[in-house]
Amino acid sequence: MALTRDEVLHVANLARLSLAPEEIELFTRQLNDILAYVSKLQELDTAGVEPLAHVIPVFNVFREDAVREGLDRDAALSNAPAREEGAFVVPRII
Amino acid sequence: MEVHAHLLTASKIFCGCATGFGAPPNTQVCEVCLGMPGSLPVLNHKAVEFALKMALATNCRVNPESVFARKNYFYPDLPKGYQISQYELPLAEHGFLDIKVEGHARRIGITRIHMEEDAGKLIHSESRPVSCVDFNRTGVPLIEIVSEPDMRTPEEAVEYLKGLRNILLYLEICDGNMEEGSLRCDANISLRPVGQTELGARAELKNMNSFRFVKAALEYEIKRQRALLAAGREIVQETRLWDTAANQTVSMRGKEEAHDYRYFPDPDLVPLRIEADWLESLRKNLPELPAARLNRFQAEFGLPEYDAEVLTSDKTRADNFEATVKDFPHLSPKQVSNWFLDDPTSMSTITPATSGSLLTLVEKGTISRNQAKEVLKEVVATGKDPETIIKEKGLTQISDASALEVAAQEIINANPKEAADYRAGKTKVMGFFVGQLMKQTRGQANPQLANEIFQRLLG
Ligand SMILES: [Zn+2]
Repeated sequence: MALTRDEVLHVANLARLSLAPEEIELFTRQLNDILAYVSKLQELDTAGVEPLAHVIPVFNVFREDAVREGLDRDAALSNAPAREEGAFVVPRII
Repeated sequence: MEVHAHLLTASKIFCGCATGFGAPPNTQVCEVCLGMPGSLPVLNHKAVEFALKMALATNCRVNPESVFARKNYFYPDLPKGYQISQYELPLAEHGFLDIKVEGHARRIGITRIHMEEDAGKLIHSESRPVSCVDFNRTGVPLIEIVSEPDMRTPEEAVEYLKGLRNILLYLEICDGNMEEGSLRCDANISLRPVGQTELGARAELKNMNSFRFVKAALEYEIKRQRALLAAGREIVQETRLWDTAANQTVSMRGKEEAHDYRYFPDPDLVPLRIEADWLESLRKNLPELPAARLNRFQAEFGLPEYDAEVLTSDKTRADNFEATVKDFPHLSPKQVSNWFLDDPTSMSTITPATSGSLLTLVEKGTISRNQAKEVLKEVVATGKDPETIIKEKGLTQISDASALEVAAQEIINANPKEAADYRAGKTKVMGFFVGQLMKQTRGQANPQLANEIFQRLLG
């Protein structure tokens, strides 16, 4: 099942990526290569194997409900493209 | 309906950041809830217990194993690019909630309850094309409660929502504050032409942050869809926002792209296994829930069903009523209940000690019922105790017969026609005489005594 050019554009749009025409060709080919490689797994007979959500047999890893000091606000905002009154500033979406 | 409820944990669902509402922007954040590379989420034990309590209280079947999944979408309020939620294996399924609308009992199915993290808050600039992002809310634990399409009227939807909120408050796992967004609801609504079995295309309604808005938005949407169908037009499946100012729902254009969340199990979180003994101990320790309390109020206090319903439909109201009755055993429960039914807001605001002493003053005849109503309003407004207010306003009931008799005789003399009417058998005129006396005494006459005096003087 090969990935089409439209599907690549759809996935790019979901991630808000704009691709140049040559990138569309490149990524369609590369993504198909990856899928072809991974599809080797399809050769395994999984009839009778229960679906698995996690590979290691560990359950219920919890923390107690205790407040811990978080990041200092300046540190939290240090990667922000722009900031204003303690908030991250992004292009308007609505 | 899809109802989101903030769980009242001290810390977030996957990190130790505080959850309090109203802190300055981005002061309750860390590497985990900001989605920084290399950070790992660890599940809050109490959040799971709270979610399980809700599942038990709404008669859900708890899945022995459930899984956290990533819901992928790109939006600035979501720092990781995905929200940790549950998808294929939610915490609990197949529950129900019984509601009553205009005396008719209805059972509303609950499809599922799952746990997830909340997203951040966006503040859109009025003047410039930018939005400010506050991540304090990111990672606050939520449960989402999804109902079956069982509700048929806006009234049923509101009762269902009130019922859920009441249970959340009884369980003390959510503060139920709709204005602050601790309790939010989305409603899917579609019409079905008479005789057709399948439901029509639906609109999803958002931004309804009070019971009143939920009802108004649903009523508006029914009208809108009915008009479209009547004109032979189609209903577009879309998300619509309730516009409070315009009193109508508006389409969220531009967000109509089909949802494509590409869910998959979150590899950072191990599955949740709910052992039977854990669930059993939670079940045993559940507090008394609204339905049980309603029955007990009828049995223990001899209240009519209606009274018990109104009292127990709000936890604070029920708590205050019960404390008043227990601490002031000389008051009759039905009397106390009448006051709560009469002015539920005021009576739930003041302490049981205050309501008890106020009602005792009425019972002893120190002040009349009407005066007590006035005092109650003052107590709520000023926070002073009833005795102080009574003293300040000079409110005492005149229960001295001789003082009232003089005034009553004067009224009779001044109104010979009415007096003659009464003597001729028009007993309704009594209301006029008592009213006059109340007016003269500025409401301070004991009404029962006034009645007796006029009967004697006119007899
Ligand atoms: Zn955090």
